[in-house]
Amino acid sequence: MSGLAEIWRGTWVIAYRELLRFVNERSRLISSVLQPMIFLVVFGAGFGNVIGNLGPNINFVQFMYPGIIAMGVLTSSLFAGVSVVWDREFGFLKEVMVAPLARTGIVLGKALGAAVVALVQVVLMLVVAPIVGVSLDVGLVVRLIPIVVILSIALSGFGILLASFMRSQQGFQLLIQVLIFPLIFLAGVFFPVDQAPDWLQVLSKINPMTYGVDAIRQVFLGSPASGGLGVEIFGTVMSIGQEVLIVGVLGAVLISLAVWAFRRQE
Amino acid sequence: MSTSSPTRAVIEVDGLSKSFGKLEAVKDVHFEVQPGEVFGFLGPNGAGKTTTINMLCTLLTPTAGRASVNGFDVVRERADVRRSIGLVFQQPTLDEYLSADQNLRFHAYAYGLPGDVRERRMNELMEMVDLADRRKGPVRTYSGGMKRRLEIARGLLHHPKVLFLDEPTLGLDPQTRRHIWNYLYALRDREGLTIFMTTHYMDEAEGCDRIAVIDHGSIVGLGSPETLKHDVGGDLITVGTDDVSAAAAEIKDRYQLEASIRDSTVSFHVEGGERFLPEFVRSFRRPIESIGLRRPTLDDVFLHLTGREIRDSELDGQEQLLAGMSQWRQGRRM
Repeated sequence: MSGLAEIWRGTWVIAYRELLRFVNERSRLISSVLQPMIFLVVFGAGFGNVIGNLGPNINFVQFMYPGIIAMGVLTSSLFAGVSVVWDREFGFLKEVMVAPLARTGIVLGKALGAAVVALVQVVLMLVVAPIVGVSLDVGLVVRLIPIVVILSIALSGFGILLASFMRSQQGFQLLIQVLIFPLIFLAGVFFPVDQAPDWLQVLSKINPMTYGVDAIRQVFLGSPASGGLGVEIFGTVMSIGQEVLIVGVLGAVLISLAVWAFRRQE
Repeated sequence: MSTSSPTRAVIEVDGLSKSFGKLEAVKDVHFEVQPGEVFGFLGPNGAGKTTTINMLCTLLTPTAGRASVNGFDVVRERADVRRSIGLVFQQPTLDEYLSADQNLRFHAYAYGLPGDVRERRMNELMEMVDLADRRKGPVRTYSGGMKRRLEIARGLLHHPKVLFLDEPTLGLDPQTRRHIWNYLYALRDREGLTIFMTTHYMDEAEGCDRIAVIDHGSIVGLGSPETLKHDVGGDLITVGTDDVSAAAAEIKDRYQLEASIRDSTVSFHVEGGERFLPEFVRSFRRPIESIGLRRPTLDDVFLHLTGREIRDSELDGQEQLLAGMSQWRQGRRM
């Protein structure tokens, strides 16, 4: 019912506030970059020598690095949900709900805010790319941005959807902790999905996060056809386009559900 | 001050009801508020004040009845209602991690205020609530009174037609309370703002143009504080004398007034007490040791209308608890 202009205003107003919060809270910025970095350094140093090259000229750290980026996107995007629960707990959600803002816009704003935060984080993580031996160029970064944004919006939708059913901050944090590990470990961040045992492959291929990780990996390491490091479904190795399509469609569904859940609260 | 104006009521409430499961929080409520009026909802906690305000502010959907604010229906024209109102809730709704200015700017963006209007209005309101020198500081460093003042400033930022205040001075010290009320009256006079507030402070209710006394979800009395007090039955006269029963008999005999005896005094209600008193002193046959005249207070009004003191009803057992809980649960869903 609300016009596009109304939705757009809601989106940018809410996103603006999410970014203000992010800038004001430096500790969040630091921890959101540090956590994935710890994985990269510890796992890279610990397993790097044991595992050796996974493909022609692709060592373990180079393989893992794009996955770590996706992991960073996951944690900062789920924060959109944390932010909803937080606002509810501290009363600010009331200020938002009585304002003449379209509900769709509020949800999109939370997601857009999280996506911008995720992008900032990704850029910060790109700084270490040369150190881990991953070469960067402008074309790569340009291709990376839309994938990060789409993945982030999809995951934000998931976070907001969950948040709509959660009452307390502690409960939600706990739920996120429980979900984050299977989402990351089954997404092929640390191992090539197609070389895993069958049961693990099935679990990984059900996990939508896998396609986000692989799309980002393809941006960094090129098409998987050369190395067998990709994700194969029904005999075809997934291309970036197909993977982005999967994440995008799922994202649209999750965001729509989040809007529905948000409206239901009125 | 408003009834002479031919304009349409700014708030119209017709048969409004709200149930939470079995509990009827608000039952078939009717009233109108005129533009520029300060209208108070007086009642104990859990009487249905906040539920009513939440329905008028589009945060709760009524179970039955209808209501409009600034001519817009609170169910069908929510966005228009929201644009017409400012709100100050019982609990703070500020983002404590942002500065006062950032909170205000967010609000201005959300209500689509043009940039020049926004900055002018922000300066003006922050002056008014005495926070101009603290604008850059994060809200979490503010005291309770400062937060409330900031919320009032924010509620007024977008030039609302009606300002809703839910227990605006709850938990604040008397000085801050007086301060806040001075702002609000000044605004009413300057901008023709309509103020709808809930309170369980009698002195706050005294300051309203009209009050609705609400108890157990129903309006039991409606009118100006003067009218309501008048309806109690006039002024209270208390006479101290040597023989109280003889005095009571004489009062009954001569004026047909029922006097009640307490310790060594008799007291009775009479219309126009100050005109009555000189004549009474002149012609009363028994020696008068002391005499006092007191206007009825809103406490007397509440007692008269409900048979209970407002303070007693605050602790009104399980029903109260239930009402509080279901409102709380509902509130958490916002």
